[in-house]
Amino acid sequence: MNLPFYAQLINLCAALLLLLAFAMLTQRRILSLINLFALQGMVLVASTLVISYSTDQSHLYYSALLTFVLKVLLLPWILHRLIRALKVRWDVETVINIPATMLIGIVLVIFAFNLAAPISEIAGTVTKSTLGIATACILLAFLMMITRRKAVSQVIGFLAMENGLLFAATSATYGMPLVVELGIALDVLVGTLIFGVFFFHIRETFESLDIHHLEKLKER
Amino acid sequence: MELMFVLGVPFAGGIMLGFWGHRHFAPELNSGMSLLTFLAAAGLTARVIADGPVLVWDGNFFVDSFNVFLVALTAFVAFTTSLFSRPYMRIELAHGRLTPNRLRLYHSMYQMFSFTMLLALLTNNVGVLWVAMEAATLTTVLLVSLYRTPASLEAAWKYFILCGVGLAQALFGTILLYFAAEKVLGPGGTALLWTQLNEVKGGLEPTVLGLAFVFLLVGYGTKVGLAPLHNWLPDAHAEGPTPISAVLSGLLLNVALYAVVRAKVLVDGALGTHFAGNLMMGFGLLSVVVAAFLLSRQKDIKRLFAYSSIEHMGLMTFAFGMGGALATFAGLLHMTVHSLTKSAIFFTVGHAAQKSGTQIMADIRGLIGSNPTIGWGLMIGSLAILGMPPFGVFASEFMILTAAMHQQPWATPFLLVALGVAFAAIFGKVQPMVFGEPSAKRLPHRPALVPVFVHLAIVLLLGLYIPPYLAGWYRQAAQLIG
Repeated sequence: MNLPFYAQLINLCAALLLLLAFAMLTQRRILSLINLFALQGMVLVASTLVISYSTDQSHLYYSALLTFVLKVLLLPWILHRLIRALKVRWDVETVINIPATMLIGIVLVIFAFNLAAPISEIAGTVTKSTLGIATACILLAFLMMITRRKAVSQVIGFLAMENGLLFAATSATYGMPLVVELGIALDVLVGTLIFGVFFFHIRETFESLDIHHLEKLKER
Repeated sequence: MELMFVLGVPFAGGIMLGFWGHRHFAPELNSGMSLLTFLAAAGLTARVIADGPVLVWDGNFFVDSFNVFLVALTAFVAFTTSLFSRPYMRIELAHGRLTPNRLRLYHSMYQMFSFTMLLALLTNNVGVLWVAMEAATLTTVLLVSLYRTPASLEAAWKYFILCGVGLAQALFGTILLYFAAEKVLGPGGTALLWTQLNEVKGGLEPTVLGLAFVFLLVGYGTKVGLAPLHNWLPDAHAEGPTPISAVLSGLLLNVALYAVVRAKVLVDGALGTHFAGNLMMGFGLLSVVVAAFLLSRQKDIKRLFAYSSIEHMGLMTFAFGMGGALATFAGLLHMTVHSLTKSAIFFTVGHAAQKSGTQIMADIRGLIGSNPTIGWGLMIGSLAILGMPPFGVFASEFMILTAAMHQQPWATPFLLVALGVAFAAIFGKVQPMVFGEPSAKRLPHRPALVPVFVHLAIVLLLGLYIPPYLAGWYRQAAQLIG
């Protein structure tokens, strides 16, 4: 099968996104995690640009610009400042079991492809084969949130999930209407700022950012 | 025009209170803004009743009899809660649990929270609905952790993460919905407008919509507090300030359920089967049963009533899932009376906890001796929420049960047992708190109990007699939902 050049480029981006999702899943250093997150944003921008150029969807340029400013510049900058202020820059998570997480991740990817298959059939976009990858990215980010014990990496998992959703939106439908995308971006930004405020509160109270301090409220 | 005020007043209020929220007049300003919002909402309601559904600003906002009644209810309860919060927050300040800065945050976010809920109700755009729901989470998360105790931080973190993940599912559902709609309506802004979707719902791709509904139900269902996604709800209710518990329980859960019901209308049209309804019935019934059996294990009074909220939201979800004129009518009535009763209960619970200095039920005793109004308010409120005649909750629960016997006879025994267990659990715990040896102190400010009795009086009235225009209104809404 001979795919057009643009479609191949988009598939390449999608593959890179999936690779980065796995890299984030297994990355133990918080600093590297933030860099990986920024890189994932960058790939997302690239794929959005290719899609918009190849299909003449001019509103996607705005979407790409928005993603670039938010996901590549602003959020990583905020996160970098946060970990510096909180002095957790060189923290390493020790509890994650990498081989097991990888295996579960692979199962999730297969599940995601099966889930997306009937939808990809119907999709008329050039990017329909990537919907499965987008779903896989969402699920992998979700897995990352479950396995992490540090507050900062949970939040990065949350943001990576937003990345996956955005990729799903661009690949399945050429992006949501601009009002909605602006709204989502605003929510993500405000959310990250609140998370930041929250980190300080957690640190003040527990003197650490480990989530296991936050598991006291249970049904007694 | 009224619509602009309904949305504009709380937004402006949020900004103004962001500057002056710590001043001594801030609680009054907060109530004043809420009163203005309520008046605007009442005006909007009157107009929609007179002229029928309204579509404004290029179809971006849409008001019909279904959402206008929720708008009126939301604005009303937000107003009465702001009245309650005046003395309540002053007492908290006097007890030293708050700083002026946090009070400013509280007042500003209270208005912003009203704004996001009203936006979610009024918007016609399914995407903006999602944005508003997420914003509603963001505005309340710092309020849940307002006291900065370890438990409240944990509750807020849980609330944030669970609802954030839940809403991410809902966003995926929205994307799938847009994907299906774009095939029919073409790309661009109009493909997410609910009215447009509703017109072409028969032509939407059924497999995609079915999948979209699963994600939407799981996503917004997390916010409704449906089991097994309810974990955040009791914690957030118990650890946050009581006015916030009241609006979370009485209003936010309704708004989330509203989003689910709107989605159900579209999915039913596309699938032509009872798939969405069956899912909702399953989740609803599970929530009713799980919550009812967890009630008896609670020690904290606010957690007790939080579980009661899960139970009632489950009942509503079940009713809407069952569908049909009677069940939907009952669901809408139950939404109204549950909001009013539950917020009234939280008002009394808040003052009772302040008087006793604790939320642990074993330490709250003899309210009727130390403050008869609080005691009677809690007693009457509990009887009302437990579905005692002649209160409105009895009427709506009776209708739901009757409809269930006709349409889904297998579910009736579950519902009856759950309601019985809930009755035994709540009544057994409230009774010694109200009667029994007093153990309370005086409060530095007079408690606000007028809202409690106003709410309970309305619930009583709705139980005895539903005014014809309200019944007509519910019937219209029930027809829309189907």
